[in-house]
Amino acid sequence: MDFIMTTYSKDQIFNLLSEIPDPEIPVINIIDLGILRDVKFENNLCTVVITPTYTGCPAMKVIEDDIRCKLKEIGIENIKVELVFSPAWTTDWISEEAKEKLRAYGIAPPDHSTVDKKVLLGKARELKCPLCGSIHTEMISQFGSTACKALYRCLDCKEPFDYFKCL
Amino acid sequence: MNIQEAKFEYLLRLGDSSLIIGHRLSEWCGHGPILEEDIALINIALDFVGNATSILAYAGQTEGNGRDEDALAYLRSEREFRNLLITEQPNGDYANTIARQFLFDTYMFFLYEELKNSKDETLAAIAVKSHKEITYHLRHTTEWMYRLGDGTAESHERLQNGLNDLWMFTPEMFDMDEVDALLIKEGIVPDLNKVKASWEKRVKEVIAEATLKLPETTFKQKGSREGKHSEHLGFLLAEMQYVHRSFPDSNW
Ligand SMILES: [Zn+2]
Repeated sequence: MDFIMTTYSKDQIFNLLSEIPDPEIPVINIIDLGILRDVKFENNLCTVVITPTYTGCPAMKVIEDDIRCKLKEIGIENIKVELVFSPAWTTDWISEEAKEKLRAYGIAPPDHSTVDKKVLLGKARELKCPLCGSIHTEMISQFGSTACKALYRCLDCKEPFDYFKCL
Repeated sequence: MNIQEAKFEYLLRLGDSSLIIGHRLSEWCGHGPILEEDIALINIALDFVGNATSILAYAGQTEGNGRDEDALAYLRSEREFRNLLITEQPNGDYANTIARQFLFDTYMFFLYEELKNSKDETLAAIAVKSHKEITYHLRHTTEWMYRLGDGTAESHERLQNGLNDLWMFTPEMFDMDEVDALLIKEGIVPDLNKVKASWEKRVKEVIAEATLKLPETTFKQKGSREGKHSEHLGFLLAEMQYVHRSFPDSNW
């Protein structure tokens, strides 16, 4: 039997990797976000499967490095980080708990992805301000501080805020 | 030509078009007409470069000569690039950029919608992922078509000029040759006549709604399939490839 398999379970590795925050939104981790898909052990190789949120997401390289560092901390040296595109990442994979963390951080969490499809067809969205809870908000730009966010403003408390776009 | 060679060639066409239009858009960084647009264009540029990275990486694997996405992006010369001519056209003014993006985004939207059904699993997976992003791009450029076309006399005129100037590059998007024929037969890529019908319908609708006129140009400029490009591509590549060629294989 090889060393890794007898020493760590998949759950333990998931637990360990849950300590890795998203580099751009540090209040949620890569499991909350649905980026970490699987961990596999084969012979002496530990394969970690991740999927990008956006194809051009510059955070993926950082996440890959963070995964390698974390695993090395517990003595796993032989690591492969595999990037998969299918099934395509969707904001529906963000856990309810993580959505609450996003809101508390000042980012309006994504609706269910079907809601955004309606919006893409021209229907207006009712989006709650993460700061004061008002629904009197309007979109300033579909593209915000990072690829995954749009920029909104609250008409009541007057604060601008990010909205995590549905995908 | 066998299937593998055809697939490599086709992937270069897809990947190069995304890479070059992504690089063009990135030139707006710090020059956008308003901050939100600056940010939007750079986000879109990033999506295009991300799409190009996935596709060129897959092209390299398909070719099987050990070239990765960086080797393909940075170490080929002008005549080896297969991007559509429209993607390398200079940004011009903001209306000109919007016209170019609208014509190309609409094309990409319908093309990738078809590629989602490709029998090639990797290509289908990339298409599913990219199509979600393209949907946002297209919505963005379409809104600007309305806003500028149905805006002031000046914005209307500038956008119309942009469309007129770029129109001659659009027929090339639907050209098919033996590469397409081979891959269509295998169910790997769509027949572009289908994409063309959807593209024409949508483009006509938006142009009418934006109070613009369909350009009357019948002249067709093509050449990208043979690596014959406009003078603009060389300048773009000189800038894009300079660092990599000056410091080969350096890491940072
Ligand atoms: Zn508010």
